[in-house]
Parts: sequence; structure tokens; C-alpha cells
Amino acid sequence: MRRRFRLKEEQVAGLLFVSPFIVGFLIFSAGPYIASLYLSLTTYDVLNPPNFVGLQNYIDLASDETFGKALYNTLYFVVFHGPTAIAMALILALLLNAKVRGVSIWRTIYYLPQVTPAVALGVLWLRILSPNNGLLNSILAGVGIQGPAWTVDADWVKPSLILIRVFVVGTWMITFLAALQDVPQELYEAASIDGANAWQRFRNVTLPMISRVIFFAVIAITIFSMNVFDIAYFMFPPQVFGGQLGPQDSALFYMVYLFQQAFSYFHMGYAAALAWILFAITLAITLIQLRLSRYFVYAETSK
Amino acid sequence: MTTAAKGERRQKAFERSTAFLEGRGLFWVAQRALIYGALVFFAIVFVFPFVWLLSNSLKDPLHIFDANLIPQPIVWQNYVTIFQETETMGTPLISMIRNSVIVSVLGVTAVLISSSMIGFALAKLRFPGANVVFFLVLMTMMLPGEVTIVPVYLIWRKLADLTGGLIGTGTLFPLWLGGLFGSSFYIFMLRQFFLGIPQELIEGARVDGASYLRIYWQIMLPLVRPALLAVAVLEFQAKWNDFMGPLIYVSNKPDLWTLPIGLFQLNQHFGFGQFRYELIFAAAVLMLLPSVILFFLAQKQFIKGLSAGAVKG
Repeated sequence: MRRRFRLKEEQVAGLLFVSPFIVGFLIFSAGPYIASLYLSLTTYDVLNPPNFVGLQNYIDLASDETFGKALYNTLYFVVFHGPTAIAMALILALLLNAKVRGVSIWRTIYYLPQVTPAVALGVLWLRILSPNNGLLNSILAGVGIQGPAWTVDADWVKPSLILIRVFVVGTWMITFLAALQDVPQELYEAASIDGANAWQRFRNVTLPMISRVIFFAVIAITIFSMNVFDIAYFMFPPQVFGGQLGPQDSALFYMVYLFQQAFSYFHMGYAAALAWILFAITLAITLIQLRLSRYFVYAETSK
Repeated sequence: MTTAAKGERRQKAFERSTAFLEGRGLFWVAQRALIYGALVFFAIVFVFPFVWLLSNSLKDPLHIFDANLIPQPIVWQNYVTIFQETETMGTPLISMIRNSVIVSVLGVTAVLISSSMIGFALAKLRFPGANVVFFLVLMTMMLPGEVTIVPVYLIWRKLADLTGGLIGTGTLFPLWLGGLFGSSFYIFMLRQFFLGIPQELIEGARVDGASYLRIYWQIMLPLVRPALLAVAVLEFQAKWNDFMGPLIYVSNKPDLWTLPIGLFQLNQHFGFGQFRYELIFAAAVLMLLPSVILFFLAQKQFIKGLSAGAVKG
């Protein structure tokens, strides 16, 4: 009898403890997902009731040139940001893994941009990349190179943003370092005895052993950069570029376009459709990456 | 200690300090030089922008962006001027700082309490539907956030209508209140930590007559303090840096601007308009300081948590 009473109290306690999550899930996840699906089939300007239009929003997307531009810009960013960020994180992790002194100091230094608010990075980099008297072009001029008009030339806006983000890799550096430290030392010794040089050891021991973590990074960074917003909207706001996002809309990314449709034009239905398409594209890319992973990711058989 | 022992110790210390030279050729020395050279190179590239930011925040308009790293003269006054100028503009920096502190502190507190309660229950208590709840936690972690932006905005808008503007859009509530319902990533993380605590602790406390609330608050929470700290740091930075949230909910209420949206407006005013870069730089320094200081203070535990997560995979 006593045991049953206790079990019951435990059940009540458990349910009470998780009740905030259940309430939150219904209000902020489940409800909004259903609502968003319905909204994407309507036109809704917030003031008048939603007007059901079927798949019209999705049909309109197909011929929306601005949408095409936003998608192109976003994919451009994804394709170049992913590899550069992973390469930088891997180089830093390899350096820290080379039995150097003061690992924690170096690590802290390389982590600094990661803890800097995107907005503060924006303030800083707008001036570093300024074509006239910016820091980078002054340094380049010092060695006799005429730097590009980073923030003004439409062709250089996306490379600028990719350059800024290449320094924000602290989390992946730490993740890679942890993976590198997990590689069994015997493998390197065995490879050395077989006469492998440093590059061969890296190519045939290190890379396969950490390929799983690198692949995880590729997927996570892809999803993250499909949603790029903060730094782009801060540095190239429509208020400054005559309604465009940077010169010739060169910084018009997918989330920026979604944000504008929803909160500048109050096209709530269209914005909801945009969100679902972004989800579908991201999901498709992730599935393709998972497919390809079997060719690149080394699967340990002994574990 | 005898003299002989001392001598032996010295000898050993000497051998240790020169050990790195033994059996290593010129190639090894060159390789080490290359590694340290690369470390220093990247350190300069990573840190120099911040030194440059700090330096120019202390210059006067005539000397801004000159070649001197140490400003001549050093204008500490910039850090006072930015407060005064924003005050006259009607969007005081001090009010942005206050709003950011409110949102961050409330957000961190809310998410810490709710996520740890939920994580504790999922790890340690048996109750009907526990598996379903855990599955939903995992699911919300994977689901895309962009899809909920519009409907969640509409909820807050409706709330503002219903409450006559007390809660909802145009208030600070949408920026932190969601934390009360827990955040799935933190719930998952804390659950993993709670799993590592022996079940006997709970059973023992139950025999002594402690309630589950008391067990959670007085026994469990202190045991997962490192994990709570990691969650607090992550969430503080998320709230302190949040840009899209205030853009959506308070952009037309200047007295409710937080630092990110405030800096967005100041940057357009001083940066693109008036060319008072030293002032906007000073504001940027003030904004990044709390984030950076917090990271320095908590970095040991923070990095331990990150690395542990990486190994678990």
C-alpha cells in the first residue's frame, strides 16, 4: 500500500515538472507549425482576416525574381562559407594538437571572435573593409596590392561576409581538437614505422579518424548558413542602400527576404510559404549530404 | 633534504629542460618554428581587429583610423560622449543597456529553472508519458525554427491586443518569456548530466521524507552546477546578442531598444550619417565586454562541456 502511494507521488511530481515543456510545446511549436502550414495557403496582412488562396503563394514563388536572387545569394554563401570555415577550424585544431605550449592561451585567443556579438563584429568589419581608408586595404596598399571595394562593390559583398565568418570558428576548433585528441597514438606510430611522412599520416590516419566529426560539422554549418541573417542585415540594411540589401541586393539572403516579407510588407502568408520552402531545401541538402557521407566518412569496424 | 638529493634534483631538472634538444635534428627545430610561427600569425590576425577597435574608440575625430595604435591624445571622453549624445537623441545608451540586462537576466533565469526541472524529471522520475515527452524534446531540437517565426509573432500580437499592450508585441516579454517553457537543447544537455547522478541519492532522501521539489532544489541542482553554468553562459550570449528578436518586437519603441538594435540604429546615425566612428566604436566595445568577460571567467567549464559533447558525438 505504501509503495503504491509513493509511486503515485513520483508520477505526479514527474508530470508537474515536465508540464512547462508540454505547455510550451503546444503554444510555441505544435500550434505554430499547424498555423504556419495553413497560413502558407492564404494571403494575410494582419489587419484583415486570412484569405485562402490554395497553393498560389508557392506558385508565385516560382516566378519571384527577388526570391531567386535571395536563394542564389544564400547558396553562394553556403557553398563558400562551409569549406573555408571548416578548413580554418581544422588548421587551428591541428596546430593546437601539435604538442605546443600554452594551449589554453592560444585557444582563448582563437575563440574571441566567437563570443563577440554579431552586431559588434558588424561595426568593426564595416570599417576594416571600408574601401577608402579601411584597415585591410591600408595593409594591402602597404605591400603594393590595390584592394577591392569590399563593402561597395556588389561582387565583393558576399566574399566580405565569408571572410568575416571565417574567423568565427571557435566552437568547431574545440570540437575538432577533442576529436584529434581521441585518435589512438598507436596508429601514428604504426604509420611512422611503415615509413609514412607527415602528409601521408594526416591523409591516411588523421582525416579518416575524424571524418565523422567533420561530416557532422558540414551538416551543422550548412543548416546554420542557410539561415544567415544577423551580420548581413546589420552591415547592409535597406535603410542605407535605398531599400536594397547592400549594393544591387548582393546581401539579400533567404532569411532577410523572409523577414522583409513578414515584417516590412506584412505578407504573412507569403512569408510562411517561404519558410516551408527553406525547410524543404535545407532538408533536401542534408539528405544529399547524408547520402554522400558513406563515400567520405570512415566507419570504424572494431568499435 | 640532503645536499646529495638536492644535487640530484637539479640534475634531473636540467635534463628535463634540455630534453627537447636531444635526438632532434635541424628538421625538428624547423618544424617547431613553423608551428609556433603559424600560431603567432593566426593570433595576430584574430586579435588585431579588437585591439584596433579599442584603440579607435579612444581617438578624436581628427586622428581616427590613423596609423597609431596608441591614440594620441587618448580621449576617454568618448565613453561619456556616447551616453550624452544618445541621451539628446532621445534613445539613451543607458536605457539600451538596461533593457539588454533585463532581457538577458530574466531569460537566463527562466530557462535555467525550467530546463533543469524538465531535464531532472526526464532523467530521474518515472511517470506516464515520459518517453513521449523525451521524444518531443528531441524532435523540437531538430525542427527548423524559421517556420515558427510568423505564427509566434501573430500570437504575441494577439496577446498585445487582448491585454491592451501590457504583454506581447511592443513589450520586452516576447524576448525572454519563452524561456519559462524550457529550451529543448538545454533540457537534453541537463538530462544527460542528471543521468550521471546515482539513483540512491533520491531514494535515500525519499526515505528521509524529502519532497521531490526539495530533492530537485537542494540535492540535484548543486550537483549539476557546472552544467548549469554552461547553460547560463550560452543563454546569456544568445539573449545579449539577439538581433532579430528586438527587430521584430520592439523596433518601433525606442525606449525598449536593446543593445543590438540600438547599435544598429546608432551605426546608421553615426556611421553612415555623421562619421563619428569613435562613438559607435565605443558603444561596440561596451557591448562586447560583458560577453567576452563572461567567457573568460567561465571558459574552463564551458570548453569542458563543449569537448565532452564532441566526444559523445
